[in-house]
Amino acid sequence: MASIELKNLVKKYADGYPAVNDVSIDIEDGEFVILVGPSGCGKSTLLRMIVGLEDITEGDLLIDGERVNDVAPRQRDLSMVFQNYALYPHLTVFENIAFPLRLQKGRFSKKEVTDKVNGVSEMLELNEHLKRRPGNLSGGQRQRVAMGRAIVREAKAFLFDEPLSNLDAKLRGQMRTQISQLQRRLGTTSVYVTHDQVEAMTLGDRVAVLKKGELQQIASPRELYEQPANLFVAGFIGAPSMNFLPCTVTDGRLSTPVGDFDIPEGHQRAGEGKDIVLAGIRPEFFEDAETLEGSKRDRGSLLEVEISHTEWLGNEQYVYVHYEMDKRVEDTLQSLAEDMDADETRPELVISVSPESKLRGGDRATIWVDVSRIHLFDPATGENLTHDPEAGAELTRRAADERRRDAERAKERTEAAAQS
Amino acid sequence: MAAPGGNTTKIKVGWAVLFVVTLVYALFPVFSILMTSFKTPGDLASNTLLPASFTWQNYEEIFVGGAQTLFLSALVNSIGITLIATAIAVVLATLCAYAVARFDFPGKKVILASALAVSIFPVISVVTPLFNLWRTIGLYDTWIGLIIPYLSLTLPLSIWTLSAFFRQIPWELEAAAQVDGATQWQAFRKAIVPLAAPGVFTTAILAFFIAWNDFVYGISLTSTEAARPVPAALAFFTGASQFEEPAGAISAAAIVVTVPVVILVVLFQRQIVSGLTQGAVKG
Ligand SMILES: Nc1ncnc2c1ncn2[C@@H]1O[C@H](COP(=O)(O)OP(=O)(O)OP(=O)(O)O)[C@@H](O)[C@H]1O
Ligand SMILES: [Mg+2]
Repeated sequence: MASIELKNLVKKYADGYPAVNDVSIDIEDGEFVILVGPSGCGKSTLLRMIVGLEDITEGDLLIDGERVNDVAPRQRDLSMVFQNYALYPHLTVFENIAFPLRLQKGRFSKKEVTDKVNGVSEMLELNEHLKRRPGNLSGGQRQRVAMGRAIVREAKAFLFDEPLSNLDAKLRGQMRTQISQLQRRLGTTSVYVTHDQVEAMTLGDRVAVLKKGELQQIASPRELYEQPANLFVAGFIGAPSMNFLPCTVTDGRLSTPVGDFDIPEGHQRAGEGKDIVLAGIRPEFFEDAETLEGSKRDRGSLLEVEISHTEWLGNEQYVYVHYEMDKRVEDTLQSLAEDMDADETRPELVISVSPESKLRGGDRATIWVDVSRIHLFDPATGENLTHDPEAGAELTRRAADERRRDAERAKERTEAAAQS
Repeated sequence: MAAPGGNTTKIKVGWAVLFVVTLVYALFPVFSILMTSFKTPGDLASNTLLPASFTWQNYEEIFVGGAQTLFLSALVNSIGITLIATAIAVVLATLCAYAVARFDFPGKKVILASALAVSIFPVISVVTPLFNLWRTIGLYDTWIGLIIPYLSLTLPLSIWTLSAFFRQIPWELEAAAQVDGATQWQAFRKAIVPLAAPGVFTTAILAFFIAWNDFVYGISLTSTEAARPVPAALAFFTGASQFEEPAGAISAAAIVVTVPVVILVVLFQRQIVSGLTQGAVKG
C-alpha cells in the first residue's frame, strides 16, 4: 500500500534522446493507473524508472512521500510483471513464485512460504502445475506464474508491463477480469502499461496518455473519451478513431465538407474568427435518421450524405462517406496519424449506425449527428477549443468515488467471509 | 494413416543405420587399440583383431614395470598442466565473454577478431620461435612453458563459444531478481549462474580436450620428465627389450589417457544439456 508521486521525471538515454520528458503523475494509494501510448512513447521506460531499473535523469520519484531516486530496486519494495514474463527457467513454478519470499532471509518459515505460495497458486489456478518448469507451460500459464511471483510478496505496489500482450483474445479477456478483481480485492496501488484500448478503459481508475515521452492527459477513461485535452488524445482514445473534419464556423453554423449544421453557442464562440478548425466527431455520435428514436432527434442536426460503402459486423455496422480533403489541414492529419502509429489518413468519414439500418453503398441517406458532443480543435496547436475541464473533472471525481466504494465493498466482503 | 506411419518407421530405421555406422567408424580404432593393449609381445605382429590370449602385461609395464617412470610422471604432468590451463582459460573466457555479451564498449569487435586471429596460426609455425624464446627465458621444459601455449589454443575457442552462449541468456532475469528483492550479486548468482553453468561446463570440457590431446607443443617444448605430457611421452616408449615393439605399452597408455576423458563426459553429461534457458521469456 503506497502512494507514488512522479515529479517532472526526465529520462535521457546515452544518445541524448529524451525517452521520458517532464512527466508528473500523482498516484493515490490503492489506485489503478494505466499508461497508454503508441509504441516507443516511453511507457516501459517510465515503469522501469519507477521500479528502479533505470536511472532518473531529472526530477523526483516519491514513494509514500519519500524520495527514492537513488534507492536500489530491492529496497523500493515494488513488484513487477515484465513485458516478457522473465521467469526463472531452472526453477519449478513453485520455486518461481517462492523466489521473492526466499530472498527475504529469515522472515518466513518454511511452512509460511509453502502456505503463501499455495494460497497464490490456488487463486491463479496453478495448483496442478507447481512442480513443472516454465518451459513446459502455455503462454497463459506462464503469465499467471509471473503474476503469482508479483503478488505473493504483498509489495507496496504492482507494476505491469503489457502482461497480456502475447495472449489470444479470449484468454486476454479472462485474465483482464482476473487482474481487475485481484487488484480490487487486494487494494494494492497498481501501474499498468498497455496499448490495448479495452484494457485501458476497463481496468484503469485513471489513464495517462503519453506521446513521445510527454504526458498528454491523465484522467478517468470517461473524461478522456468525453473531454480529450487535445487532438492526439481524441484520436488515440476510442475505436474506431474519432473523425476529424476540416471546417469553418460561419454565422453560428458549422460548414463541413459533408454539409452544414447548427452547433451549440459555446462551440460557436470557440470556433469563431478561426480560419479553419477540425471538428472531432466520434463514429458513435452519428446515427441513421431512419432508425433513430424520436426523443433524440431534437438534440442533433441532420445531414444529407452519399454513402460509399458499409461494413456489417453483426453487433454493429459502419457506414463510410467520402469527402474533399482540405489542403490546409492535410499535413496536420498526416502527422497525427504517424504519431498514433496509424495508417495514412483517408478523407473518409466513419459513421456507426445501428445493425438494423438498411443503408447500402451508393445510397443517399439522411444521417443524424449529436452536435452537443462534437469537439473543435485548432489544427495548428492541436488544442481542444471546446475543452470543458470542469465537466471532465466531474467525470473523474465520480470515477474516484466509485473506486472508493468498490474498495469498501471488497473490504466488507472479505471481512464477512473471514467471520463466517 | 498407414503411409505416414510407414514413413516414420523408414526414417527411424534410416537414422538407426546411420547412427550405427558412425558409431562403428568412430569406435573401431578405440576398440582395436583396446584389444592391442591386451596382447602379449609375441602376439603383436599377428595382424588379428582379437588377442590370442588376454594379458595385463602391458598395463603392468606402464604402471609398475620398465615404463613406469616415463608414464606415471607424464600422466601427472598431463593432468596437472591440462587442469591448470583449462581452469585459467575458463575463468578468463567467462569474464571476457560476460563483458562481450553484456556491455557495449568500443573495441568489442576487436577483441573477438583478435581472439580468432590468434587461433588461425598453425601450431607448427609458432612452435619453433617459441622453442627459442623459452630456451632463452628459461621456460623450456616447465609446466608454465606448456600452460601458456595451451592457453593460446583454448582461450580463443572458449571466448567464442562462451560469448555465443552468454548472448542467449535472458539478462532481463537479473532485473527481475533485483525487483524480487535480490542484491546485484544475489541476482547474478541465483538467476544467471544456473543458466550460464551448462555453457561454462561445455566450454571447460572442450578446452580440456584440446590441451589433453596436444602433441606438437608437448614434444617440442619439453625434454625431460619435468613437464613432458602423455602424448609426447608415448613416443619415448621402448619395448621391454630392444627387439620388442612398444606397441602394446603404447596402446595400454593410450587407453589409460582416454579413460579420464570418458569419465569427464559421463560425469558432466547432465550439465551439458542445452535448452535450459527455454521458457524464461515468452515467444
Ligand atoms: N537502452 C536504450 N538506449 C537508448 N534508447 C532507448 C533504450 N531503451 C529504450 N530507448 C528508446 O526510448 C524510447 C521509449 O522506449 P520504451 O521501451 O519505453 O517504449 P514503450 O512505450 O515501452 O514501447 P512499446 O509499446 O513498444 O513497448 C524509444 O524511442 C526507444 O528507442
Ligand atoms: Mg514497452
